[in-house]
Amino acid sequence: MSTQATVHQTKWWSGGKSPFNLEYGKLMMWYFLMSDAFTFGAFLISYGSIRFSQNYWPNPNVVFDSAPGIHGGAPLFFVSIMTFILIVSSVTMVLAVHEGHKGNRQGVIKWLAWTIVGGLAFLSCQAWEWHHLITGEHAVLVNGQVELWGQNMSHNPWGPVVEGVTYHGHHVTTPGPVAFGGYFFGITGFHGFHVFSGVIINIIMLVMAQKGVFDRRGHYLMIEKAGLYWHFVDLVWVFVFLCFYLI
Amino acid sequence: MQHPAFEEVTVHHHQTDDKSFKKKIIKTTVILSIITIVELGLGLLMYALDLPDDLRRLMLKGVIIILSLAKAYFIVSIFMHLGDEIRNMILTIVIPLLLFIWFILAFIIDGNSYKNLRNKYDKHFQERTMEKKDVKELLKKPGGKE
Repeated sequence: MSTQATVHQTKWWSGGKSPFNLEYGKLMMWYFLMSDAFTFGAFLISYGSIRFSQNYWPNPNVVFDSAPGIHGGAPLFFVSIMTFILIVSSVTMVLAVHEGHKGNRQGVIKWLAWTIVGGLAFLSCQAWEWHHLITGEHAVLVNGQVELWGQNMSHNPWGPVVEGVTYHGHHVTTPGPVAFGGYFFGITGFHGFHVFSGVIINIIMLVMAQKGVFDRRGHYLMIEKAGLYWHFVDLVWVFVFLCFYLI
Repeated sequence: MQHPAFEEVTVHHHQTDDKSFKKKIIKTTVILSIITIVELGLGLLMYALDLPDDLRRLMLKGVIIILSLAKAYFIVSIFMHLGDEIRNMILTIVIPLLLFIWFILAFIIDGNSYKNLRNKYDKHFQERTMEKKDVKELLKKPGGKE
């Protein structure tokens, strides 16, 4: 392999070339993503720290058990759809980047468009999920009386179930740890904001590709950078999914 | 394809061989999907078996975490092409991330220790948050919640 031989013979630090064999913009995108990984990491670790400091934490299979048209009894069903949407949109982004390598403008446009559709689908799902959590009504026993609570920043209806008490045929719980709402909405919201900005970036890339900006430049490296960002969003979801829904 | 605007890039190692590329992407997608399904299965199993918070549950969670790390590896290595970069580049990204080992351990252990201290010295906290509740007391006592 001639490429392999060049890699080994090259004196990377002798100057006049990138020691990392990357152009500036892409290298800086990598470093940005690394710092962003620490931001998300700090959020998730803070969540873990609080969770470990509690005697009781809501079971995700109970909290996330609904989907549009399904009222309860389908644990993790909706969120697995969201996960697959994000994986598929990551794949279409890979294909867009690949078409960019070949300089195929129509291919880039096609796959970028599908990636944008995937991103918007994910955001729509998240909007439904938030709406469902906030507006849902759950019987919670407070001061000896039943109150109807949704999941928001100050109320958590997912406490331990009170055995032997029902309210219109539903379980009655005690209040759960309040921190749950703040962490859930904060972290999935921050991730959703990344998805949203990724969609915006992809739309800008789509318009630029459509106008032939990259053809005139002679390369589609911007698509690669946008692609790195988009894959990172998918990567973060792997861990958000892990921390909030699975364990 | 040469990039005339980026002569600082020495080796262009991106393959444009369509067939092997598509194969690799399809393979990665299938792997990611299977891992996700297995993760979901394990998560639901934990719920269905209603395991208590003991070692078995902890081990299942450990398996799910390892599977997630595998997913992360495939996304970064294949989709983000980090695996195709030169060693220097890979290390400059991966070595700083080792900080997470300390980061996670320190804060999880801290949270756990806080819980133990509170349970020991703040009995009200323990009573209020433990799962086993005396139903009659809850129904009777006004001001049962803090």
